[in-house]
Amino acid sequence: MQMAADPIHQFQIVNLFPVVKIGNSEIAFTNSAAFMLIAVGGIVAFLLAATSRRAVVPGRMQSVAELSYEFVANTINSTAGKEGMKFFPFVFSLFMFILVANLVGLIPYTFTVTSHIIVTAALALSVFLTVLVYGFWKNGLHFFNLFVPKGIPIYILPLIVFIEVLSFLSRPISHSVRLFANMLAGHITLKVFASFITLLGGLGIAGMAGAVLPLALVVALTALELLVAFLQAYVFAILTCIYLNDAIHPGH
Amino acid sequence: MANGTRGQGDGKEPPDDEAALSARLQRLGNRLATANRPVANVESQRMVSDPSALARGFRMSTELVAGVIVGAGIGWLLDRWLGISPWGLIVFLLLGFVAGVLNVMRAAGVAPNPSDRLKPK
Repeated sequence: MQMAADPIHQFQIVNLFPVVKIGNSEIAFTNSAAFMLIAVGGIVAFLLAATSRRAVVPGRMQSVAELSYEFVANTINSTAGKEGMKFFPFVFSLFMFILVANLVGLIPYTFTVTSHIIVTAALALSVFLTVLVYGFWKNGLHFFNLFVPKGIPIYILPLIVFIEVLSFLSRPISHSVRLFANMLAGHITLKVFASFITLLGGLGIAGMAGAVLPLALVVALTALELLVAFLQAYVFAILTCIYLNDAIHPGH
Repeated sequence: MANGTRGQGDGKEPPDDEAALSARLQRLGNRLATANRPVANVESQRMVSDPSALARGFRMSTELVAGVIVGAGIGWLLDRWLGISPWGLIVFLLLGFVAGVLNVMRAAGVAPNPSDRLKPK
């Protein structure tokens, strides 16, 4: 009971079973990994089921799949242009994974994969490294032009370049912290208000009448969290496109 | 115009001045309203037609913090490696703050994105 009321407890990593042992550290299959598998499995099952009929007039499942395809494709086209479409698999995977992981985490008694900064940091770093590698591969040293604004007096240029580099380095941090902090804060808020219900409910008739308030808040917050779950996946995808755009279009 | 109202008489000076002032204020308000109207219209249209406005709001919240964190981190590391404490932290914290402000301005669309400036003019 005490554990259940602790709002942080829901983020605890639990080892389900050990996989391998390297030296003294044991690598185990955790609940986080389990829910990542659930998210990936859910996406694969959904897309397979949606594309199995391949009807000209799409059914319910198929139109949801087509909708998600078109949504991500439009996002890439509008931010990174036609050339960005070669990154469609990457962006689509990121978007679907984050979206499904967020939505699964909203179900009571589940674990939210994206509420751990190590997960979001890994996702953000994969985007960051993709931008770096692809940018240098495609543009060579011309890629450094990203940090050198034109028409700046020479005596102030070193300072500006420094600031631009810092701004570039801060990208993976803001990219990962945004998703992680939003999910963490949202789930803690939900849990705290939900625990108010049980606390007030234990106070007799007056408490039960008072408990209606946090109950209504929890219902409203759940709706808000649903919006946030979708929006954060969208923000992550659109920022990925914006960063990829820097690597794709460095001038001619 | 101010001279005209002043010349009408000493007894009624304060209300006259006030009336003239309020009339001028009203005209200024009207002119400002007409001058700002096209801009405001464009702005509100964009807000309505742009579904990513909410997404942009979410972006802002972390951009500044990220810049400061990166600046502080680099400064702290330089302090440790070069033994120049506390100068690295001071200088890089300030630079990181500037980078964070730049991030926010980019997220808001006030400053151009780095890839924009590389396009051929």
